Amino acid sequence: MTVQGWTFLIVGATFTLYIVIALLSRARSTGEFYVAGKGVSPIANGMATAADWMSAASFISMAGLIAFMGMDGSVFLMGWTGGYVLLALLLAPYLRKFGKFTVPDFMGDRYYSQLARLVAVICAIFISFTYIAGQMRGVGVVFSRFLEVDITLGVVIGMGLVFFYAVIGGMKGITYTQVAQYCVLIFAYTIPAFFLAFYVTGNPIPQIALGGTDAEGVGLLAKLNGTLADLGFKSYTDYHKNTLDIVCITGALMLGTAGLPHVIIRFFTVKRVKDARSSAGWALLFIAILYTTAPAIAVFARSNMLATVPDVPYVEAPEWVGTWEDTGLIAWHDRNDDGVIQHTDGKVFAKKPVFLSDPETGEPLRGAHGHRLLDLEASGGLKDGKNELYVDRDIMVLANPEISGLPPWVIALVAAGGLAAALSTAAGLLMVISSAVSHDLVKRIIAPEIKEKQELRVARIAAAVAVVCAGLLGIWPPDYVAAVVAFAFGLAASSFFPAIFLGIFWKRFNMPGAVIGMLCGIGFTTWYILYFKFFGGLPADWWWGISPEGIGSIGMLVNFAVAIPIALLTKAPPAEVQAMVEDIRIPGRID
Amino acid sequence: MTESGTKRAGYFRANLAWIVGLLTIWAFVSFGCGIILAPWLNNWMLPGTQYPLGFWFAQQGSIYVFVLLIVIYVLAMNRLDRKFGVAEEDDA
Repeated sequence: MTVQGWTFLIVGATFTLYIVIALLSRARSTGEFYVAGKGVSPIANGMATAADWMSAASFISMAGLIAFMGMDGSVFLMGWTGGYVLLALLLAPYLRKFGKFTVPDFMGDRYYSQLARLVAVICAIFISFTYIAGQMRGVGVVFSRFLEVDITLGVVIGMGLVFFYAVIGGMKGITYTQVAQYCVLIFAYTIPAFFLAFYVTGNPIPQIALGGTDAEGVGLLAKLNGTLADLGFKSYTDYHKNTLDIVCITGALMLGTAGLPHVIIRFFTVKRVKDARSSAGWALLFIAILYTTAPAIAVFARSNMLATVPDVPYVEAPEWVGTWEDTGLIAWHDRNDDGVIQHTDGKVFAKKPVFLSDPETGEPLRGAHGHRLLDLEASGGLKDGKNELYVDRDIMVLANPEISGLPPWVIALVAAGGLAAALSTAAGLLMVISSAVSHDLVKRIIAPEIKEKQELRVARIAAAVAVVCAGLLGIWPPDYVAAVVAFAFGLAASSFFPAIFLGIFWKRFNMPGAVIGMLCGIGFTTWYILYFKFFGGLPADWWWGISPEGIGSIGMLVNFAVAIPIALLTKAPPAEVQAMVEDIRIPGRID
Repeated sequence: MTESGTKRAGYFRANLAWIVGLLTIWAFVSFGCGIILAPWLNNWMLPGTQYPLGFWFAQQGSIYVFVLLIVIYVLAMNRLDRKFGVAEEDDA
């Protein structure tokens, strides 16, 4: 069977599975719709959290990013796992004991203020939409590449599926489809890695193979460092960014992870406080399987590419170079007209490649060697240097099985895994948007008198509208999506994390401290990111060399620095709020 | 302070001690071994492998330690819950 045949079969089978699960787990009450009736087992919640958390970016892009960043890519690995320690120790058990439905619920009750609730609602919706646009786009990209359908149609199919199980099943439906999606995505991620590890070192476990040796007994990492040095790249196993920036980015990703509403909300679905603690452990274990495999895939892929492409004449290059050139993920500009692919450190052009095509037929224009000709001006202009090859980071996972000549069913599996990762994350985010609108905005602020049945209907409508908006963002992605993701983490780190943390661990912390602290944290982070990402701020002017991706860490410090003195200077919170704080610190009841 | 108040305070203090201890290790393996000390640790290999030690902490080791820290916290807190009699009702 062909790759496409296998892809139809495997993707079709997984989609059928998700639909069957959704039909079996319909939500009938608001409790089931928002928090799956608080009856999810810790292991199931761990898997659901892992699928919720690991997005199209984790599945498709992360290994590729690490392959090109080397040691500097460690920020993603430590940042996106370390946050779970903060969640398990500092947030999840207490929020579960608090026992309501959403993060804004906690903000509104703990800080006895509709303003705090509203700030939380706006942040939650903004963070979720930022994220969801990337997921729907991911669905479209996987569809278009593996099934050769239009990206738009791919997004529409994805929308239809998420619409079906999120709107009908609510959190209950989402939870159990996420469990299935975790199994699909982890299988799809690790199988090619086993194959590769075995080919390269003779040991199928990627985590061991990465620290192993090749057939000649040379360490893989030492060999990669050597090849990179020969070609004029920087070493793989050393940091090249400044240490403070690395610390801040890692910190912002950790704090952001712990403060992201679609992750926190998952801990509301378990039965007991002790289950919230243990399901954070299960979640991290399930995530760690992918996150410790990714660095191995990164090294295998990079080594493989460097062994087959540089200094090879284009006409003799492996077949996949041409295939992926057609999808715009590889581009070659023959600077010195020698027909040989020179690949070294540095960019070819400033932006993404734009190819020339015949204005009448629309057929791509090709050069003397059969390669596609670039519109250099539209690609951002030719940069100085010797590098001739543009390689999109996403290729490392998507094309890896193909590059390594793995069987067609493995390639199909990767497509199904990418879809599972994107759909599960999109569904989790939709729940946050839907509950923020129906529960926090409508039920708690605008129309407290509505009955449960009406609230459930509003929740379904909100989910439906959110699916459509997300799909539109996927079809016409604003070109600043990637830049805005830094924003989501920065906002979560500088607003939610400090407000929830202080709310639990400092009984005396009050409304003015929380609200002003959040506004200052958000304000500072937003200003820094906007200035340096959108309004022409230069990297040379970054404060202490801290990039916009890492500024969330400083935003959190700003929040603390403002919130604590203000709280001390203003009135202590009411007695019943202090009693509530006492109560959430204890799992059961004390008589 | 009432008897239940003392009990609450004792339970929460013990909880805080665990949190501080485990988060110290958390920061040490990630920000310490994985970032600040990594260039120095790269002078050695992880015994029995070809992993430079700092690189291993940054891309493998810290993640394993994170999982372990949560497991320890879960077990420690389950014991504390029972010791102070604050476990949830349907827990018996």
